[in-house]
Amino acid sequence: MTSNLHQSVQTDNVLHTENVNIYYGDFLAVKEVNLDVPKNAITAFIGPSGCGKSTVLRCFNRLNDLIKSFHLDGKILYNGQDIYAPEIDAVEVRRQIGMVFQQPNPFPKSIYDNIAFGPRLLGYKGDMDELVERSLKRGALWEDVKDKLKAMGTDISGGQQQRLCIARAIAVQPEVILMDEPCASLDPVSTLKIEDLMQELKEDYTLVIVTHNMQQASRASDYTAFFNVQANEEGQRTGFIEEYDRTESIFQSPKKKATQEYVSGRFG
Amino acid sequence: MTSQEFPASLAKGRSLERTVTSKTIFSSVMTGLVFACAILALIPLLALLFYVISKGAVRLSPQLFTQLPPPPFQRDSPQFSSGGFGNAIVGTFMTVGIASLISIPFGILSAIYLSEFARDTKLANAVSFFTNVLSGVPSIVMGVFAYSLIVIAITSLVKGSPSYSAIAAGFALAVLMLPTIVRTSTEALESVPNNLRQASTGLGASNYQTIFRVILPAAVPAILTGIILAIARAAGETAPIIFTALFSNFWNWDPWRPTATLSVLVYNFAISPFANWQELAWAASLVLITLVLFANVLARWIIRKR
Repeated sequence: MTSNLHQSVQTDNVLHTENVNIYYGDFLAVKEVNLDVPKNAITAFIGPSGCGKSTVLRCFNRLNDLIKSFHLDGKILYNGQDIYAPEIDAVEVRRQIGMVFQQPNPFPKSIYDNIAFGPRLLGYKGDMDELVERSLKRGALWEDVKDKLKAMGTDISGGQQQRLCIARAIAVQPEVILMDEPCASLDPVSTLKIEDLMQELKEDYTLVIVTHNMQQASRASDYTAFFNVQANEEGQRTGFIEEYDRTESIFQSPKKKATQEYVSGRFG
Repeated sequence: MTSQEFPASLAKGRSLERTVTSKTIFSSVMTGLVFACAILALIPLLALLFYVISKGAVRLSPQLFTQLPPPPFQRDSPQFSSGGFGNAIVGTFMTVGIASLISIPFGILSAIYLSEFARDTKLANAVSFFTNVLSGVPSIVMGVFAYSLIVIAITSLVKGSPSYSAIAAGFALAVLMLPTIVRTSTEALESVPNNLRQASTGLGASNYQTIFRVILPAAVPAILTGIILAIARAAGETAPIIFTALFSNFWNWDPWRPTATLSVLVYNFAISPFANWQELAWAASLVLITLVLFANVLARWIIRKR
């Protein structure tokens, strides 16, 4: 269950977790998470529903803080710093570790204001027009919307909205971008666009994605963590990482039988 | 379960053609009945509009808005049609304005607390319960309350002696408006989708930045609608104004002095024995109704626009 990435690859790790157990009240949702997220790569979380992939992802930018009953033990280190240490400001963590959600969630504001939202929060004093253009270009949306920056961000298509959300996350220049099933509500063409975009983005950013789509994980990611779930005597289902390795290894020569069965589509 | 356990088919094999049965007759009669009731519900409003317009329109002229109420005149007097109620229009805007200045900030801030900080807590439930109780308090009681608190106590402290004033009336109206504003604003804020809160938080916005830059702007149209309806209701209130603002026959710009309002002018002049005052009461009713209808249409328009 410990990450064999420690031995197998030599990389810089942006995120590193040590024995993380995640609870909602007394309920243990995910146990013993030990993994390293390598810099400038795409790490995918796959696994059956309810295995805690999104839960772990949301711990990386402390978004679970919004849930009152949530707490965790263990350590999540971001560039060596424990982001759950008491002196850490969750707001600052979220500025450096951005997030893209399953449902595209642009603000009911103009496309321009959507992009400018993050930089304005940070008190950006430079050329906002230029930053908006750069972010939209980086989000592969500029050509689609350059003539209608004043249009509502909610009035464009679903795929465009999701690219807008990615561009919005990029605008503050975070180090890590978390994506929680970013293509779940998109059609195949939009999905491929987002996947191409992810390949471009990993040159500058570290990406962690949760996906239900195994082809997506095998196509798009460099590392894959397979999450599984087991029930205790009372029927409470606790997620854990079954196997974590380079994506080729997970899909072509998995070491665990459960992984083999999952990636070949026999369960889940 | 096998198909033999079912009785013979109930639906399959029935005729598809229309037939006149007791059921179809009942259905037509009921349709006619509910239509008639719907029309009946319109009659009071239409009759009222017709009556107020036909009685009030005779006196409608620009001088109504610029002149002071006249003394009583006989019907044959050349000055019978002189005078207006400009001071009452100003007074209505003044009292409602004061009421809005008090109730809107209070209402929106408490709605923010109820929706964003204390949602589904015991405290929030208690506050919204008591807000609903407050909206059931008769407006005359609110007038008595404002009379003893503002007209007597506070005015004596501030001005040295008790006095009726626009501020006292504004306070009474503010308490009347507060429940509407709190309720509609809370509902407006709660209906903002949660994924916008997550998006904002995920971009590194603090709690207050999320509320003031994302949640509140998204809820503004619905909040505005609630405010306009509350203002429209307050503008027509009479009972709490009679003994808080009282009335004045003169221009008054001092919020600490007795102030004329349209609703009290209607009350005073309609029950007076003088024909020219009664005509003015009708004209004032027309102006008041127009203002309230205009506010309602504005609220509708804002709802439709979003």
